[in-house]
Amino acid sequence: MSITIENLNKHFGAYKALDNINLEVNSGELLALLGPSGCGKTSLLRIIGGLELADSGKLLFHGEDVKQRDARERNVGFVFQHYALFRHMSVFENVAFGLRVKPRKERHSEAEIKRRVHELLGLVQLDWLADRYPAQLSGGQRQRIALARALAVEPKILLLDEPFGALDAQVRKELRRWLRRLHDELHITSIFVTHDQEEALEVADRVVVMNKGKIEQIGTPDEVYASPATPFVYQFIGNVNLFHSREHAPWTQQHGDAVAYVRPHDIEISNTPQDNTSLPVEVKLVRAIGSIVRVEVAVDASSEFIEIELSRERFNLSPLANGDKAFIRPRQFRVFETGVQNELSAA
Amino acid sequence: MRCNGGLAEEVADNVRSFPATKDFHPRICLLIDTALLYLLLFLGLPLVAVFVEAFSKGWSLYLSALNEPDAWSAIKLTFITAAIAVPANLVFGIAAAWCIAKFEFKGKSLLITLIDLPFAVSPVVSGLVYVLLFGAQGWFGNWLQAHDIRLLFAVPGIVLATIFVTFPFIARELIPLMQAQGKEEEEASISLGASGWQTFWLVTLPNIKWGLLYGVILCNARAMGEFGAVSVVSGHIRGMTNTMPLHVEILYNEYNFVAAFAVASLLALLALVTLLVKSLVEWQARRSGEPLHGEVK
Repeated sequence: MSITIENLNKHFGAYKALDNINLEVNSGELLALLGPSGCGKTSLLRIIGGLELADSGKLLFHGEDVKQRDARERNVGFVFQHYALFRHMSVFENVAFGLRVKPRKERHSEAEIKRRVHELLGLVQLDWLADRYPAQLSGGQRQRIALARALAVEPKILLLDEPFGALDAQVRKELRRWLRRLHDELHITSIFVTHDQEEALEVADRVVVMNKGKIEQIGTPDEVYASPATPFVYQFIGNVNLFHSREHAPWTQQHGDAVAYVRPHDIEISNTPQDNTSLPVEVKLVRAIGSIVRVEVAVDASSEFIEIELSRERFNLSPLANGDKAFIRPRQFRVFETGVQNELSAA
Repeated sequence: MRCNGGLAEEVADNVRSFPATKDFHPRICLLIDTALLYLLLFLGLPLVAVFVEAFSKGWSLYLSALNEPDAWSAIKLTFITAAIAVPANLVFGIAAAWCIAKFEFKGKSLLITLIDLPFAVSPVVSGLVYVLLFGAQGWFGNWLQAHDIRLLFAVPGIVLATIFVTFPFIARELIPLMQAQGKEEEEASISLGASGWQTFWLVTLPNIKWGLLYGVILCNARAMGEFGAVSVVSGHIRGMTNTMPLHVEILYNEYNFVAAFAVASLLALLALVTLLVKSLVEWQARRSGEPLHGEVK
């Protein structure tokens, strides 16, 4: 089921949580709402789920206005950051809850409920925990049960609020792969909220980057990473070096007062200047981190560090040590003036 | 380990883990002993005295003091009052706590303050307020008289005063508990298609059951023992508007000590039973892993 959001606004008192949001979610896609805390992503998710009301704007499910429908009539599965499992019910009863509260006419027989619950528990690979209570489960298990519970009512839309936010790094990684696989199996239109860019880029079909109640960019993970639309997106997704036109004139001088954004892996470093745009630098720190080598350099007479990432092979071709003099040159950068954006690629 | 009493040892054990406080060991024992002595003197001794005095003239007099129409009527009225006041405050308490803990609205802090009012006001004053409102010279006195409704110096007045005084017990117990539990479970329930009632019965109520029971016990204890407010509105009509605490006072003022203490011993017994049930509830709540008083696991 597709979701259309038009000119959506939401205030909390004087605070503007959502500022004129326009968004189209395609049927069957897995969309990430990405942004720092307080950017409005969770408010947007809760409004879609009917747990919060928008002040103004349109919300359509498959072309149909659902603003008047409350949460229980929207047929939306909601997964909470802290699981929100019913603590006094067994895992089985948690998953069965949505089936048991249906009006008598629509309710399935006990045998059918049992069959479905076990099917769902099988889907999340936790059938053996059916008789346990939430307090007896690990965080990762709880979140999978919460997902099974949300899926029990066969929702047309699945909303996940920081679903892996409360889990440790290892489990997080495992679960997000698992979520991706599950989505490929079920094809429910899904939206998940996260502040973790890696999570968004790895799992989602499309990423919506939000900041201060506004959408900064909508695009595939590759688009938002490779060609960020705004300085915010550049800084929020991945690492970036900033070059001010006043200090590093060779790259930015034609743009007046501007800032160039360069990814650490888009900077070439060499022992000899390659052309007249090369900046002379001094190597301050060399650190090998896993498969990459991170080199921090300082432009002469500047206290600011520039971060450069090289592959191990590239580094081994011409090794660098602390204190070496070198020259850097961006392979690719992007200049943002005040309000105006110009994309440039270095020749 | 020179301290006497298990509690003292337990405290001392905890203290021992802080090296800096090791030297205070004997002093801590002294403190604990002082506290125990104080409790014994001011709480234990009076309790024993009630029973000793009640039985001072033997069993038969004790029983005959209780087996008397006025005493029976007082006991009955006390139970009737509690039987009405506690459920009334149960419903109100849950409703108020639900509103305060799960929703944001204007005037919320005013509502919380209002709930606390009976704790802040002297019970006698609360009783007087009812006289001011419903008495013959009161604001609604004429209207009530015209419609032949008797509130004051009658059972309804006693029930009203008791409800007022025991107002905060259940709500106050539930508010922090429900606030600590948050509203995510309710939101999950609604998004799974449950109605408001289903959510309340299936999700909210089971989560607060121990806290609720705890509040009910405290509310009940106060409802049975209330003196001040009830004294003002009851009119002390023997056999009709006397509750147990009022009956005790009347007997005492008539120098009928054995009878007074006999009825008082019943009240004390009720208190002991209340404490026992309260401990049971606390123990059961801890065993089931559901915290009371809103502490988070």
